[in-house]
Amino acid sequence: MLKQDRLRRTMMFVPGNNPAMLKDAGIYGADAIMFDLEDAVAISEKDAARYLVYEMVKNVDFGQAELVVRINGLDTPYWQNDVRAMVKAGIDVIRLPKVETADMMTDLTIMILLAEKEFGRQAGETKVMAAIESALGVLNARKIAMSCQGRMMGIALSGMDYTKDMGTHRYPDGQELHFARNMVLHAARAAKIAAFDTVFTDMNDEAGFIRETQLIYQLGYDGKSVINPRQIPLVNLIYQPTKSEVLAAQAVVAASKAAAEKGTGVLSLNGQMIDRPVVLQAEKVLQLAKATHLVDEKGNDIEK
Amino acid sequence: MEIKKTALAGTLESSDVQVMISPNESGLTIDLVSDVKKQFGKAIVARVKQVLSAYDITDATVKIVDKGALDSVIKARMIAAVQRALDIVEEPKWEVL
Repeated sequence: MLKQDRLRRTMMFVPGNNPAMLKDAGIYGADAIMFDLEDAVAISEKDAARYLVYEMVKNVDFGQAELVVRINGLDTPYWQNDVRAMVKAGIDVIRLPKVETADMMTDLTIMILLAEKEFGRQAGETKVMAAIESALGVLNARKIAMSCQGRMMGIALSGMDYTKDMGTHRYPDGQELHFARNMVLHAARAAKIAAFDTVFTDMNDEAGFIRETQLIYQLGYDGKSVINPRQIPLVNLIYQPTKSEVLAAQAVVAASKAAAEKGTGVLSLNGQMIDRPVVLQAEKVLQLAKATHLVDEKGNDIEK
Repeated sequence: MEIKKTALAGTLESSDVQVMISPNESGLTIDLVSDVKKQFGKAIVARVKQVLSAYDITDATVKIVDKGALDSVIKARMIAAVQRALDIVEEPKWEVL
């Protein structure tokens, strides 16, 4: 089941042919786990990684995490068997790398539908996401995000390949990603799907990671791709609402509930009009507050 | 089915298992090396035999070096090794998964 409203602050990359990392992937609290059959797996081990990820998805409890697999690209001989194995395993989301056109996503979903029929899964149950890794992909981001209606979970920017395609490389300040980040985010928002920022690979530059995460949080990204469990609490801290934000959100939700009970449409709180977007925003804040254990399930402040 | 060639799958890293399958004149020869052979040897060999029988393999020599792999990992590595030994890497037997 695709839940548009679920939290996707972190998507942790896990190499698909590494049993030790696969079996522990669920314990770090990542919102989504991405098993990688593509770049993290040597050409000679593509088959072995596929069976390994299949068995782990089937038999390991990864808790609440959304399970994503990055399959090999459409230009490889591996992707069709990747799709079949992952659909059979019951993966939540299939992520296609190096997406440049909406047609590529359509080709992927045709294969997924065949596999869903072959292995007795419900048609449309397997969701998809697109990784944008080139100039052409960025320019086509809107059409890509709008494709595969009902299956599309989100789009992600992959900064490494993109900067290579642009004839530059990653800089600490991220200026080179300015256009792509905004383009991908706008495409995602217009299509009402999730947007994920690229990975930050320098594990020794924690300040740089925090700076970059604050930027993408400010822009409005759902979350960030992470390559190391150590990055997860750093992202969650940035996405954690402040105490005054939580209190304001609780007031809005309470006022909205009271108004619904009374049957009034428009409501006001402390003289300010509260409409639907404000209520939705408040609900999102409370969801984040619960996820970061600022409040418990009933909304009570845990710190007290 | 008949083993066509010697095939290897898996690594010697922690939590993994390395499986080598080669042709055998008649019957199964299973050789297991594991620090936890005393505790889990029977279960590991049972899993190896289960995968071989799923592929109708009656004659094979299997060498397993276990580094503390979960049952799921042993199954996955066995499937990879068998598919390679039977030379059917590109046409997986989906019903075995």
